[in-house]
Amino acid sequence: MPELIFDLSRKGRCAHAQLPPNTLQNATDIPAELLRVQPAALPEVSELQAVRHFTRLSQLNFSIDTHFYPLGSCTMKYNPRGVHKAAQLPGFLQRHPLAPESHSQGYMACAYELQEILKSVTGMRAVSLTPMAGAQGEFTGVAMIRAYHHARHDRARTEMLVPDAAHGTNPATAAQCGYTVREIPTDADGNVNIDALRAAVGPQTAGIMLTNPSTLGVFEQKIKEIAAILHDVGGLLYYDGANLNAILGKVRPGDMGFDVMHINLHKTFATPHGGGGPGSGPVAAGERLAAFLPTPMVGKSATGYEWLTAKACPQTIGRLSTFMGNAGILLRAHFYARLLGAAGMQRVAEFATLNANYMLKRLTAAGFNAAFPKRRASHEFIITLKKEAKEYHISALDVAKRLLDAGMHAPTMYFPLLVPECLLIEPTETETREVLDAFVATMILILKEMQTQPDKIKQAPQYLPVSRLDEVAAAREPEVVAGQEVIEHA
Amino acid sequence: MPFIPHTQQDVAEMLSVIGVDSIDVLFDEIPADLRISGLRDIPPALNEMALLRLAATRAEQDSGKLCFIGAGAYEHHIPAAVWEVATRGEFMTAYTPYQAEASQGTLQVLYEYQTMMARLMAMNVSNASLYDGASALAEAILMAMRLDKKNKIHRIVLPTNLHPHYRDTVHAIVRQRDTELLAIPFDAHSGKITVEMLEKMMPDTFTAFVIPQPNFFGVLEDIDTLTDWAHARGARVIAVVNPLAMALLKPPGQWGKKGADMACGEGQPLGVPLASGGPYYGFLCCRTEDIRQLPGRIAGRTRDTHGRNGFVLTLQAREQHIRRARATSNICTNQGLLVTASTIYMSIMGATGLRDVALTCHANARLLRDKLKAVAGIRCYFESAYFHEFLVQLNCPVDGVLTQLHKKNIQPGLATKTYYPELGECLLVCVTETKTPADIDYFIQQLICAM
Repeated sequence: MPELIFDLSRKGRCAHAQLPPNTLQNATDIPAELLRVQPAALPEVSELQAVRHFTRLSQLNFSIDTHFYPLGSCTMKYNPRGVHKAAQLPGFLQRHPLAPESHSQGYMACAYELQEILKSVTGMRAVSLTPMAGAQGEFTGVAMIRAYHHARHDRARTEMLVPDAAHGTNPATAAQCGYTVREIPTDADGNVNIDALRAAVGPQTAGIMLTNPSTLGVFEQKIKEIAAILHDVGGLLYYDGANLNAILGKVRPGDMGFDVMHINLHKTFATPHGGGGPGSGPVAAGERLAAFLPTPMVGKSATGYEWLTAKACPQTIGRLSTFMGNAGILLRAHFYARLLGAAGMQRVAEFATLNANYMLKRLTAAGFNAAFPKRRASHEFIITLKKEAKEYHISALDVAKRLLDAGMHAPTMYFPLLVPECLLIEPTETETREVLDAFVATMILILKEMQTQPDKIKQAPQYLPVSRLDEVAAAREPEVVAGQEVIEHA
Repeated sequence: MPFIPHTQQDVAEMLSVIGVDSIDVLFDEIPADLRISGLRDIPPALNEMALLRLAATRAEQDSGKLCFIGAGAYEHHIPAAVWEVATRGEFMTAYTPYQAEASQGTLQVLYEYQTMMARLMAMNVSNASLYDGASALAEAILMAMRLDKKNKIHRIVLPTNLHPHYRDTVHAIVRQRDTELLAIPFDAHSGKITVEMLEKMMPDTFTAFVIPQPNFFGVLEDIDTLTDWAHARGARVIAVVNPLAMALLKPPGQWGKKGADMACGEGQPLGVPLASGGPYYGFLCCRTEDIRQLPGRIAGRTRDTHGRNGFVLTLQAREQHIRRARATSNICTNQGLLVTASTIYMSIMGATGLRDVALTCHANARLLRDKLKAVAGIRCYFESAYFHEFLVQLNCPVDGVLTQLHKKNIQPGLATKTYYPELGECLLVCVTETKTPADIDYFIQQLICAM
């Protein structure tokens, strides 16, 4: 591993070209007791040292630009550079979020058009772009469901239903909104267990949070029946848009009976994941919930685009960010959608699905077990290594680490929780058949190694900057900031 | 099909491996009555050349303005190297570092970021960031509620000179729980929170006291007195600060006798462009003993099987993918790319550079303020110490002045009437190191014309 940036620090060194023309020694008009006495121990390095250090750090990462990244449920597709370039134009970067509408028509036009595009894609009535990530989109949707029930003076609804296969954010969000979480089991084919659902609903049911296609990589076929069961008891349906890439332009959550949903722009609309953010999770709502959407939104009048705030939306659940969410990500999503057009969007779903089903077929033909062998894959699928774990004492984690040694990012592992030793594989539509074949070939090789060289798998990764890391020690005695001994170099 | 690489031959062979005739068959598990044949109201596809032209036209519409608005987002010079390096594909197109061995670059950046932010705030620990300043405050308040085992009802004190959008966001996020948000007015003369006001208005016990530094009006609070006052009543102190200002001002960890318990705020001033308000990032620091209630990602240092140093995401047992409904927060991302840029920014600037930026902002603010005070019909509303932003009152309607200056491509500040009608015809004016004396003179000249 490279040194820490603090190790490069030498007292008195700095990047001279970046210093402003400061004329003050001190802020003498600010009372002394409000001023900092000891400077913060930040690095003292040259510009080149900083550039080299962080460039070298970047080279320790796997990324879409450098590696196949079939991370299930994360939709690691190509992030187009042209889109990035368009969003980085100075006029967009320099716009202050509180600039007057007359100085903001360019940005607002893009945001407004994105709202319209997302309405069309989701089959919903209105869209708010402000939620800053999928999880905040979920929070928004559930808070809107809560506001809806409260507006009807219905305060008896205390339960949110969540399938046991759901993303962890679903129950965490429901709890954050003050709901008790009730889990609904999955049946043998990967669908929601309808009998269990019927038994669970009642006047206490606020709603259900569903992903479709589900996190199990299959389409929930009885979705209309599920919607009817919920609506009959006065509950509402939340759609987790994590898997929208699978159905873009093919089927719409609004038509399935959902009342509200979020869209992960960093998945379906190809905005960069940035090493863990920024994401963006706009929320779309149908008839029942549109009035509760968070502000601000963009409206259009005869004179141009205008901000819609609480004044125009009296029932809004309010504001969820300082300004209007991750605007730069919204621009990228808008530009990506403009490159695709309607037909391009459909092809996204088609080729994502083609790639997933092709890999599933080839892997099962090679002897791997699909979690749901009778089902078609959506844009992703699960294989379970339960048999291999038993026969060869090789876990899904071991296989994941061995894939890293082969220069491929590992699929999502141990999620969903209900499938033992699972790998959730999502190739996305932007990968070539050659890459998929290479992945399959590596998996076949690993299967062979399980019998001949299990240590090679158990000791993987051997060809990365570090081998397996001690997470238990890290959590037992967390060291999350560098100690003072490091800055004494300075 | 802009980014789909399949040749016709690929498709034919892949379908034959799967054993179906067409891609359409792959969707046969979706009930037929739900399937649509196409999307309506989507503009026709563009190629990259046409897209860039469209984008340039849109960006041009909003560009070339002389901006004196602050109010939570600040225009600073960003060294070119910051985003050149941050947007390298290896940083920009990686995901959350779940596979630590394949993500050491991102993880070491997070660890270095956490160290820098903790040092800037003079706090023990930092998380790897949250969405933005306002939502970071909401998370800090939720954290304070989890830490407060004493009080049944959680009362949170929010002064009204905290950014109005922060107050709105806290309301929207925190009101889903049983809690009381108490609005404490500021002193009309100084623009500050005063102990007299607190003694008069506050209940005996409360969970947390939110102290902004500087506050929404750019005014500096008496942080030592306020912090000690809250601690004497058994409450936690949540500092909401401008991180750049902390290169010059006393950092939260040193407020009062014991220091603030949490420090949060908007990371944007540290190397993130204005960009219509996002993506930015929120930071959150706390005491070591409270780390298990800290929400969001945290990177930690550990060792590999050969005893070498390495980094992982740690304390994941707090998080939603493990703890589900009992997680500290539903958050499952940080603002990785923004934090990467900010870490590079802080490295290049160093403590000296940051202090120089803060002092240059301050010198410019003093210059502008002195010149504005000399204009007939303008007065400075609060005569308190301030940092790079202040409130001025005009003797004529602000709206008319704004309209005229906007026509000249000047954004003279934020009209505060929407948020604080009681203050009358006021403008919140900000100036940073990016403005030259000539910019300031031009602004004054045009303002005089418009009044």
